Amino acid sequence: MPPDCQIEVDGVPVVVPAGCTVAAALAIAGTLRTRVSVRGQPRFALCGMGQCQECRVAIDGVPHQLACQVRVRDGMWIVSGEGR
Amino acid sequence: MTIVIVGAGPAGLAAADAASAAGQEVLLLDENPAPGGQIWRGGSPAVDAYARRLGRKHCRCEHGVRVVALAGPRSLLLETASGPRIQEWTKLILCSGARELLLPFCGWTLPGVTGAGGLQALAKGGLPLRGKRVVVAGSGPLLLASAATACAAGAEVVALAEARGSADLLRFGAQLARRHPAKLAQAAGLMWGLRGVPYLRGATVAEAVGEQALRAVVLEHRGQRRALACDFLAVGFGLVPNVELGTLLGCTTVMPAQAGIDDHQRSGSLPWNPASAGITVDRAQRTSVQDVWAAGECTGIGGVDKSLAEGEIAGYAAAGLPPPAAALKRCEQACSFGKLLARSFAPLPALRAMCRPATLVCRCEDVSAARLADFPDWRSAKLQTRAGMGPCQGRVCGSACEFLYGWEAPPAHPPIFPTTAATLASVAAPATNGDAT
Repeated sequence: MPPDCQIEVDGVPVVVPAGCTVAAALAIAGTLRTRVSVRGQPRFALCGMGQCQECRVAIDGVPHQLACQVRVRDGMWIVSGEGR
Repeated sequence: MTIVIVGAGPAGLAAADAASAAGQEVLLLDENPAPGGQIWRGGSPAVDAYARRLGRKHCRCEHGVRVVALAGPRSLLLETASGPRIQEWTKLILCSGARELLLPFCGWTLPGVTGAGGLQALAKGGLPLRGKRVVVAGSGPLLLASAATACAAGAEVVALAEARGSADLLRFGAQLARRHPAKLAQAAGLMWGLRGVPYLRGATVAEAVGEQALRAVVLEHRGQRRALACDFLAVGFGLVPNVELGTLLGCTTVMPAQAGIDDHQRSGSLPWNPASAGITVDRAQRTSVQDVWAAGECTGIGGVDKSLAEGEIAGYAAAGLPPPAAALKRCEQACSFGKLLARSFAPLPALRAMCRPATLVCRCEDVSAARLADFPDWRSAKLQTRAGMGPCQGRVCGSACEFLYGWEAPPAHPPIFPTTAATLASVAAPATNGDAT
């Protein structure tokens, strides 16, 4: 079994399996939301393979990262709900 | 002289394997976190075998690297985790794969609605599905694979809804039996594994329901509507070749609107079929541009066997060697399977009814069908509504609008993926020139 990673999702500490994607980590943390659409709707990963851009979140302070394409690292902090 | 290969899915791996076996140095560039593309995402024995062989040869594989634009006639602008980079090439093999055809329906923007392949990809990335209720819908054999992945991950697949009716599926099965028995056996194996799952034929999604996330899906089957409570709806209508990089390079491509003409004349299906679109190649996988080859789903949808055969042929061709006869034969067989698939699961015109006036067609800019319907073409719709101008750059709504309104989506323009200003600035003032201007 791979060791777990300690990360933070929207300010809340969460332990997730090492090697999982940020999208998976959000779901594990109970947040089925990545970005917020231009009219304020919550969105989550749609294509799962880096094409649709719905799963944009801020990772370690860097905005517009694709949650489906980035794997978690120990100490990573993720902020969901980014706008445009 | 290094052969640069874009994409480390089956086609890219097979191309790298062949080219390096022929003694060439190879650089594999891939945007995903690991090799394998979409079908082998999350690892597979096949990927391990390629990685072992390539590790012993002159092959370098870089992940999390995205080609965003051309930096010159023979150089690519890359975005990497450590910043932008310019990559020169003398020989280039495009193995850029495919994305899913996602068609709009009421509620498809709710969290929990994913592509059919999308849910597979997310599950392989660790999305927890144990105990979750999943509905799989849309059309094509990918639905079976998606349902199988969900079951294996511990989900309860509440229903599998295929838009094609029983007669169409039987006809497809009969043709598989005659010409591609191994594929029929594969499908039968998947179906056996799903024997407890309600398999509805001729069923479509009427609507996905929920407030902050998906709660239920309403299916339409034999004129009746039924609501099924679920946590995830995996819905896909086939695949669309990723031709953007080929287009930037000037490679001739077949557009979806041209691709379906033959079948349209023969069988009356829509004269639009993205599965038969793609970068145009000859028997040696050469594109119309000198020293550029293409292989796999980006030349037309055909599955993993087509990708492996085309990749191998392209790898040898780029190394200046003739392709092995066995690979050519496999390629021919796999391409015929691809054509059968494209014909059998061409998007049904009736699926347009899934999209209602209030349905958002452009998810990036939240543009509804009601706002789009009256425009004569893509360009005017885009200028007036911003449809297709968001971060996905029309990758999702471009195909949807072609399907719904018959608009031809314009060719890709750079950057082909959202990128940072720093990356773009690096082309204007190359890294070798320290002074920013």
